[in-house]
Amino acid sequence: MEKRSLQAFRVGVLSLLFSLIFNLGSFASSEETKKSFDPGETIMHHVMDAHEIHITKGVHIPLPCIVKAKNGFDLFSFSSFKKNESLGYLTYTSGSTGNTYFYEHGHIYLLDSEKGVMTDETGSILNEAPYDISITKNVAGMFLGIVIMFLIFLTVAKSYKTRVGKAPKGIQSLMEPLILFVRDEIAKPSIGHGYERFMPFLLTIFFFIWILNMLGLIPFLGGMNVTGNIGVTMVLALFTFVITSVNAKKGYWMHIVAPPGVPLWLLPIMVPIEILGVFSKPIVLMLRLFANITAGHIVLLSFASLIFIFAEANGPAAGFGVSIVSVAFSVFMNFLELLVAFLQAYVFTLLSALYFGMATEEAH
Amino acid sequence: MGLVTPGFGLIFWTTLSFLIVLFLLRKMAWGPILKSLKEREDSIEGALQSAEKAKEEMEKLQSSNEALLREARDERDLLLKEARATKDAIVGEAKLKAKEEADRIISEARTAIENEKMAAITELKAEVANISLDIAEKLLRKELSGDAGQQELVDNMLSKVKLN
Repeated sequence: MEKRSLQAFRVGVLSLLFSLIFNLGSFASSEETKKSFDPGETIMHHVMDAHEIHITKGVHIPLPCIVKAKNGFDLFSFSSFKKNESLGYLTYTSGSTGNTYFYEHGHIYLLDSEKGVMTDETGSILNEAPYDISITKNVAGMFLGIVIMFLIFLTVAKSYKTRVGKAPKGIQSLMEPLILFVRDEIAKPSIGHGYERFMPFLLTIFFFIWILNMLGLIPFLGGMNVTGNIGVTMVLALFTFVITSVNAKKGYWMHIVAPPGVPLWLLPIMVPIEILGVFSKPIVLMLRLFANITAGHIVLLSFASLIFIFAEANGPAAGFGVSIVSVAFSVFMNFLELLVAFLQAYVFTLLSALYFGMATEEAH
Repeated sequence: MGLVTPGFGLIFWTTLSFLIVLFLLRKMAWGPILKSLKEREDSIEGALQSAEKAKEEMEKLQSSNEALLREARDERDLLLKEARATKDAIVGEAKLKAKEEADRIISEARTAIENEKMAAITELKAEVANISLDIAEKLLRKELSGDAGQQELVDNMLSKVKLN
């Protein structure tokens, strides 16, 4: 009996540790502010971009802020923002441009020298925002992903050079099936003749999305959610859109303005639909990746948050109890997310390839 | 709302870094990797094809070997047949010649015998005539040694003579 309870305790502690891993940011922030636990805010805080990497309670890695106001660029660390007691915001005054910036909910605003902080009746800030090209959490995550990509693929490329005519070995044999997968299962069937031209883009986007998807699943990295950010997916979808449009042959455009085999009276309906389709394709690409990855993060965090919700409402014992279920579901979700990470990279690449194939199809 | 509002900075960095990654990886990784994969596939394809070709050639060689063997056998048979025919012809000719020769010799011998025989007969005839003459002479001498004998002879001869 005693043994069993000890075991349960162990499981509980272990679960708590696990949950902590998934939910670092939330735990720390709730402690800091001494407020009651707000899962919604915690989760949003996690999935949204930030100017610092939140490792654990009180441990932050400040990231460089780069902003461009009217009178020039400012480069400073996020840690330069200091609490301004009179304003109630974090502020920083630049030495070079003389601008004072203040920080509110992940955004940097310019402090008006006369009016200070201006807000409308709903509380949203009306101050001018400088162009913010800071190395945010997601940018840093993206850079990390890119470094990993370079490490992997330069090694693989070197192996191909040094091991000409030999069987693949090491990381080369890990990546080769994936490269062949993109080539033989995605590019060749979707694009057909002339697929080689699109291979570098398809491979880059596939591994870019996949690696960043998986980076987002690693705890203690500040919960970066790069591919779950609509800005990132928008750019990726735009690349697909631009490449599709640039490479499109006459047949593709003719299909839009004069769909073959459609009765004349249907054209006024069909043509707007086709034109809409041109733009809806990249938009759907953008939304699908963003929604899938963000949803995964939200679900994972929700399971972890359950522990603290129960702990707060019914005492620590309830929290321990729920943690068992929560961790079980988190583990399951993590496996599912690993699959989703690959699947979404595959789907994005496949659809891009299909659009390229449609664009380059010879008129028939 | 912040969740679905793309941030300017992130768009900027994503575009910039993705372009750089695309460009660099294309040059340093995808190009060489895809090239070596293609080369390897081509070499495997080539090896398979050449193996197939070698197999075909082997088969061809084997069949040509067989044909050669068959041809050789046929030629041997032909040669044997020809030899046999030649032999037969030679033997036949020899036999014919021998027979002819024999016939000739026999006929020559026959002619010679005939001639000899004729000569012998002629000689015998002459001898017989001589002997007969001698006998006749001796008989005559004896018969005609007396007058009676001579008379008888004359009578006899005269009786045989017909006077018409």
